[in-house]
Amino acid sequence: MTEILKFFIGLTVLTGALLSLVTAFGLIRLPDVYTRNHAASKSATLGVMLVLLGTLLYAYQDTGSFHSRLLLGIAFIFMTSPVAGHLISRAAYNSGVKLWGNSVRDDLAKHRKK
Amino acid sequence: MFEIVLMISLFIISLAMLGLIYRVIKGPTIPDRVVALDALGINLVSIIAIVSIFLKTTAFLDIILLIGILAFIGTVAFSKYLEKGVIMERDRNS
Repeated sequence: MTEILKFFIGLTVLTGALLSLVTAFGLIRLPDVYTRNHAASKSATLGVMLVLLGTLLYAYQDTGSFHSRLLLGIAFIFMTSPVAGHLISRAAYNSGVKLWGNSVRDDLAKHRKK
Repeated sequence: MFEIVLMISLFIISLAMLGLIYRVIKGPTIPDRVVALDALGINLVSIIAIVSIFLKTTAFLDIILLIGILAFIGTVAFSKYLEKGVIMERDRNS
């Protein structure tokens, strides 16, 4: 029982860490603010949620009691991290940060002109 | 084996934080830096979770919630500053 649980904890924690690495690659390699924000606000959220899920399982099998603070942390990060990404992306658009040169559509600018 | 996997994932998250620090330093615009700092806070949460597995303690679980809340409030305040120039407005009638 406990060895299988340890295997799953290691798997979730390692998957979360690899998703954090994917976030860093996205932030280094993508060309403008909006695509970088797309990389950061999705994969970082899923990565940290997986790591916290592994920690929740470990705390359950180590102490035998259920730590609801970790569940609360997972729910809180799941709710607030995309909202923070949306707010900073909207602030970037309204403060006049240009899109990538090769991007072909900007529906918001067309809509604002009307 | 379990400790080795945890060590490897800690190393991977540290590499990811180094990449994010590169983006904070180099980022051409201010929203780039704010996005990278938000992701740094989120990665710090997972580092604290893995360290609390290492130390076999549950005393750091409050810190996880605290860092999540602080990263969210900081990002909201900074995006409001970038958009309007103030964080808290003074006139109540508008």
